Amino acid sequence: MADPMKIRAQMKGDICDIKILMSHPMETGQRKDSDGKVVPAHFIQSLSVDLNGKTVISGQTGTSISRNPVFGFKVKGAKAGDKVTVNWLDNKGDKRTDEATVG
Amino acid sequence: MNIVRRNLLRSAGAGGALAAMLAAGILKPTAVLAAEWNKNAFEAKDTAGAVKALGASSAAENKDLSMTAPEIAENGAVVPIEVISKLPGTTSISILVDKNPFPLSASFDFAEGGIPEVAVRLKLSQTSLVKAVAKTADGKFYTVQKEVKVTVGGCGG
Repeated sequence: MADPMKIRAQMKGDICDIKILMSHPMETGQRKDSDGKVVPAHFIQSLSVDLNGKTVISGQTGTSISRNPVFGFKVKGAKAGDKVTVNWLDNKGDKRTDEATVG
Repeated sequence: MNIVRRNLLRSAGAGGALAAMLAAGILKPTAVLAAEWNKNAFEAKDTAGAVKALGASSAAENKDLSMTAPEIAENGAVVPIEVISKLPGTTSISILVDKNPFPLSASFDFAEGGIPEVAVRLKLSQTSLVKAVAKTADGKFYTVQKEVKVTVGGCGG
């Protein structure tokens, strides 16, 4: 699997605030390296956020998301101790799954 | 080469990477990530094309759909954008950068429990309108936009 994500899931009143930092080059496919060769596109295409095993948010992303993507989401129906799982899949078939406990 | 990888590569030609992964048993069919990446929308070269590929018909502005964006982004490679929808029954939010080579940046769907508020960081190639399109359960679309001035472009070209 690719490099791990950092996930923080904190209860703020009734709402669970989720912050995710993913490690990914998010290459657009438009950049040239120092030899003048085009660096091929390599970017996260889809992601999902699951609460206790059930997907609450899913997303598709393109090359204009910044390198090492940071996402902020909010979920309701969570409580401290619940499990948040984040998955992503990129255009090369690389993927990553990480978990965090709601605090 | 291991058997899984060989199966994957063998079937990759036949139906695209996603189909190949399903065939090789890597990707569970029930996995949410199995939804086919919306190539038409993400590879559309203008906002109108991307919005059409998302199935969004005429979208109205509404005060319950808001966006927070910097007026000036010094670094076009990392522009923080937040979109909040207070529209009842919001099922998805898509974010587009009008002047980017491929305007559609992201599209999020909210199931039960998912609150329609997202924070992302985008690359902006130049000063541009950033637009969000929200869809509600009744099939209607809403939009909001903000102009972000960029001093150093973020697409690395």
